[in-house]
Amino acid sequence: MTYRFRDLLALEPLSADELTFILDQAQPFQEIQRHPLKKLATLRGKTVVLAFFENSTRTRLSFGTAASRLGADTMNLQAEASSLKKGETLLDTANNLNAMKPDCFVMRHSSSGAADFVARHLEIPVVNAGDGTHEHPSQGLLDALTIRDRKGTLKDLNVTILGDIAHSRVARSNIHLLGKFGCRFTLCGPAMWVPRELEKIGPPGTPIRCVYRVEEALEDADVIIVLRVQTERLHEPSLSQNDYILLYQLNEERMRLAKKDALILHPGPINRGTEITPEVADGPRSGVLEQVTNGVAVRMAILYLLMVGATEGTHPALEVQGEAKPKESAHASD
Amino acid sequence: MLLIKNGRVLDPASKTDALRDILLDGERIAEIAPTGKISLASGAEVFDASGLIVAPGFIDMHVHLREPGQENSETIETGTLAAARGGFTAVCCMPNTKPVNDNASITRFIVDRAKAHGHVRVWPIGAASIGSKGEAIAEIGAMREAGIVAVSDDGKPIATAKLARQILDYCRTLELPVIEHSEDVSLAAGAVMREGVASTRLGLPGMPAAAESVCVARDVQIAELTGARLHIAHLSAKASLDQVRYAKQNGLRVTCEVTPHHFTLIDEDVTYDSRYKMNPPLAARADREALWQGLADGTVDAIATDHAPHEPAIKDVEFDKSPFGILGFETAVGLALEQLVHTGKLPLMRMVELFTTGPARVLGKERKLAVSEPSDVTIFSLDRAWTYKVKESASKSRNSPFDGKSFKGGPVATIVAGKIVYRA
Repeated sequence: MTYRFRDLLALEPLSADELTFILDQAQPFQEIQRHPLKKLATLRGKTVVLAFFENSTRTRLSFGTAASRLGADTMNLQAEASSLKKGETLLDTANNLNAMKPDCFVMRHSSSGAADFVARHLEIPVVNAGDGTHEHPSQGLLDALTIRDRKGTLKDLNVTILGDIAHSRVARSNIHLLGKFGCRFTLCGPAMWVPRELEKIGPPGTPIRCVYRVEEALEDADVIIVLRVQTERLHEPSLSQNDYILLYQLNEERMRLAKKDALILHPGPINRGTEITPEVADGPRSGVLEQVTNGVAVRMAILYLLMVGATEGTHPALEVQGEAKPKESAHASD
Repeated sequence: MLLIKNGRVLDPASKTDALRDILLDGERIAEIAPTGKISLASGAEVFDASGLIVAPGFIDMHVHLREPGQENSETIETGTLAAARGGFTAVCCMPNTKPVNDNASITRFIVDRAKAHGHVRVWPIGAASIGSKGEAIAEIGAMREAGIVAVSDDGKPIATAKLARQILDYCRTLELPVIEHSEDVSLAAGAVMREGVASTRLGLPGMPAAAESVCVARDVQIAELTGARLHIAHLSAKASLDQVRYAKQNGLRVTCEVTPHHFTLIDEDVTYDSRYKMNPPLAARADREALWQGLADGTVDAIATDHAPHEPAIKDVEFDKSPFGILGFETAVGLALEQLVHTGKLPLMRMVELFTTGPARVLGKERKLAVSEPSDVTIFSLDRAWTYKVKESASKSRNSPFDGKSFKGGPVATIVAGKIVYRA
């Protein structure tokens, strides 16, 4: 199998097999993260643009680390320092960066569809590192990798997502990915954050239900994805933070309603004490830091697939780190 | 003299559907007679309309020509040429130019430019409020003297119910229709498409159908209060149509128009390509079905394009930053034939009515093929195969989602005041 698209703009168009393929490609890169020497030469001489038109710390550093561990150089653009402040259009900025002859364009932007727009105008691969309230494909993949590691499978899980789902690009990518594996979704939050239309956005036939009581949402959950309450842009109408804590905060008491082995994920950064209590975020059921580690591996796989392309049995991590044999994938046929 | 021979004449006013020859003598129709009965004076030009439909000149009662002020996007000259190529013989240009057409001197500028450079008739619409700011009533009387045919704050609704009431009252005394862009701006704030599964999937901010229908309800009730002529522009939602239907059943002077893009496309067609962005946005599947019904049963009075050119530099950007609006002139008749007539939803005569007598009635005008009427004629084909290529458009702009689309049937010739201004 190969990755058949030029870009990675969204998870929605990818099949279960293609998603499994990307996750499998990430697996040897996970091993690399455990080694004292983490740098490969796979992308030596290549340049990756990291164009973050919207502020980001984690995702930008994660992509930057992924590029550097593959041996690539990076060109960084940050919104604050960019000429966007001087009125340059997105297309002009993209064209100018492209004129410096990079090999891949990783971008985050506050407009849904912005990566799609840039990809229509550039000839190099474009990676969507989050576009408005549309998708965040690398986050969806790293969440899936974390779930697959912990649960041994992605199939037929009960996935609960808590928070402002209407405005969450993470939730959309989660639904598009996990839905392909037969997962059942329970979306929970106040009604204006959980519109009924969400029940119809998943892959055909995906069971998605919207509920408004957190207790109901946690019952039988295998995976609980807690979204950040975006206090910096609390969407209208602004909801009382105290009300949200009272009604929806994930705390120990509520966690008793979930399965004993339920996995808790959070795309970060966490508002401790708002959407989740510190005890739960740091507890044994939390996979939050594994997500961050897996983020680098997933992004290495993405850059590798888009810039080199995989051929059977020649994974760069296996060549260089001979002793770091990947675990035989038990779920390659998922 | 121009003799249009052998055509199938469709005239909604006289309910004529027959083979007729029409002799145009300059600005007026001289004679209409069964095929072959008109004896031709020497030197007269002959247009052979065999196999074609000959109809009264089409009117597009909702367009943006962008002059004065935004000539990079369109001018009266380019816009009216595009209109001619779309089969339109007259267009009503909205007042949201720069400066806004809210006084007689701007109106006269538009009228004069149209006389000098226009390819079709231009009937300006004046602003309802000064600067379309929704604060004070514009000089509507003076603009009427200068040639406006209606008033509107198009681009937005008349700001408050109270001002709407005052403007409708005033326009009742002036016998002018008030054209409302009905939108509850608080419900629509920030939205870039219709709210629904499609907007949720795309992660684009959506406005509910109620953003339109809530304001239509307000406007219809003010029409009832004042007895004035109210015309709802670019109506897109079933709930709005129900309000207009109620108004008509109760004898109110309320009319409405529907655009070709709203009876053709729906929210599910929207991609991140900003050529799918307009206001009101593409509606839901059920709304389109309701519009088809309203077009057929007479609730809808006119098809109007809302031709809204924007130059690529400002239109071809991120979806949420792109201005609302798409081109409309050159694809309107093709879309009406494809969506409404070829599918059997509308008799051909009804389609012609929606482009002619329908909008004319809203504007208090007549439109018919009869002796001594103006020599405005639209000739179109029901089966000519053609493909719309926007790079060849007469418009200065390129923002059409129908680029590359193939059509069966469309305009073949446009005649204004006895002159052929477009010929395919």
